[in-house]
Amino acid sequence: MHDKTLTELAAALDAGEFSSRELTQNLLERIGALDPEINSFISVTGEQALAAADAADAVRAKGNAGPLTGLPLALKDIFCTLGVKTSCGSRMLDSFVSPYDATVVEKLSEAGMVSLGKTNMDEFAMGSSNENSHYGPVKNPWDLNAVPGGSSGGSAAAVAAGLVPAALGTDTGGSIRQPASFCGITGLKPTYGRVSRYGIIAYASSLDQAGPMARSAEDCALLLGAIAGHDLRDSTSVARGVPDYREALGESLSGLKIGLPKEYFGDGLDPQVEAAVRDAVKVYESLGATVREVSLPHTHHAIRAYYVIAPAEASSNLSRYDGVRFGHRCENPTDLIDLYKRSRAEGFGEEVKRRILMGTHTLSEGFFDAYYKKAQQVRRLIRQDFLDAFEDVDVLMGPTSPTPAFDLGANKDPVSMYLQDIYTIAINLAGIPGISIPVGLAGSRPVGLQILAPHFAEPQLLNIAHQFQQATDWHRQQPAFGKENA
Amino acid sequence: MSLEHADVKRAAHLARIALGDDEAAHYAADLGRILEMADQLQAVDTEGVAPLAHPLDATQRLRADEVTEGNQRERFQRCAPAVENGLYLVPRVVE
Repeated sequence: MHDKTLTELAAALDAGEFSSRELTQNLLERIGALDPEINSFISVTGEQALAAADAADAVRAKGNAGPLTGLPLALKDIFCTLGVKTSCGSRMLDSFVSPYDATVVEKLSEAGMVSLGKTNMDEFAMGSSNENSHYGPVKNPWDLNAVPGGSSGGSAAAVAAGLVPAALGTDTGGSIRQPASFCGITGLKPTYGRVSRYGIIAYASSLDQAGPMARSAEDCALLLGAIAGHDLRDSTSVARGVPDYREALGESLSGLKIGLPKEYFGDGLDPQVEAAVRDAVKVYESLGATVREVSLPHTHHAIRAYYVIAPAEASSNLSRYDGVRFGHRCENPTDLIDLYKRSRAEGFGEEVKRRILMGTHTLSEGFFDAYYKKAQQVRRLIRQDFLDAFEDVDVLMGPTSPTPAFDLGANKDPVSMYLQDIYTIAINLAGIPGISIPVGLAGSRPVGLQILAPHFAEPQLLNIAHQFQQATDWHRQQPAFGKENA
Repeated sequence: MSLEHADVKRAAHLARIALGDDEAAHYAADLGRILEMADQLQAVDTEGVAPLAHPLDATQRLRADEVTEGNQRERFQRCAPAVENGLYLVPRVVE
């Protein structure tokens, strides 16, 4: 049962092939047997999971099951979860047991989903390899020498390894799409404001967005329908109805206009990645789409603008960790300033401190206009590139990442690590939705195709990904890892 | 632009992060290179372009100024490193 999609599992539960308790137990056993090898979970919440599964089975027995009742998933450890340790991958929050649920957690448990635990991640979602976690790196199930990507690396690896059929991640500069690409799964970053951020530990609030990571676009549609929507507790969530994302999944792609941004096929793109992406585009042509080249002229400024804006917002968001109300506190502080300074120095890891220092510097007197204001102006130009492109084409396609998953320890230098996100980062600045789907292998490591659509065009975006998955079976490929464990 | 050791120490103080001299030197080198990357933004003509703070250009929604949350002091203080009689404990601030 570990290799089925959510949609298939729901059908099996309906048909009485197994119960939610049996499914949950099976996956908890797989996690126990396999996760020590890949380290994709920070906390496994077996007891709560079995209780939720029993409750779901009882609901089903009464004939009241919804589409998600009794289906298992995992949550990135950035989602506040009532009564469960919520660490955000940081020593700072190692002792933090959340006193409340994030809105998305509340919605999924109301829908009857069963959370198996909290997945590993780069500390405070800052990273592209999951090597910045206080709880150690995650390994890629496709190749244990490779990173799973980041920052939602644990979520991606857990789905790829068949430990859970789906997981939630968050994406501030590519943190759902890049690990989905590296681990051969489907991952959607919705439009900014589509999903409530309430209870999601903040990194860069004008960029952060939560989304589903799963085995198919259809499953992502199912999950997005459950988590999307306006929330009074998040003033940036958008007051707009939630469509039935599965309803659009049958539409033909005949006449679809695809744009290939020429900047996404330039220097630094791995030839095997390019070949797999171009083959995927040919599949779309065979489904009736037309393809043309387009330009997003400010692409190369996106990483530069991001590494001003995101650290600036992070330096402000992370000022709440003061060692007083919650989180890590140093031993024997001599005075209040010493308490703050040593608690924060001990609680935060190197990359988090680097970004806080960067943000504090660029926001400080004398530097604000040159950096933050300038970056926000360039951000508008970056968004305009996409709005202009969508005048001519329906969607954009390109590689999710310039390379397949790289080796653990390969990118020691922060700037070279930042450049990994060259194709994903502009999407967060523009606020548009993007999805990564598996379209091939480079050796043993998966390749992802990124598809981008206008604001709130998730129904079309999911259908376009789904049609590819109806015509091909890349999304059904699985790593050898864990295959012998039934 | 390059970043001086003193700039890093200043930022660390503003951010309330204890930083030794060796660490400051390490961060100065890294941050210098990140700022060098950011400095390339200066080449973009942004004359007359309004800064974009929210990707949908939304403005802050307001609600009526009403109490909507109950008092949950005990529950929230369970997360705290040190409390006594419902108060958060910190080192003495006023002698």
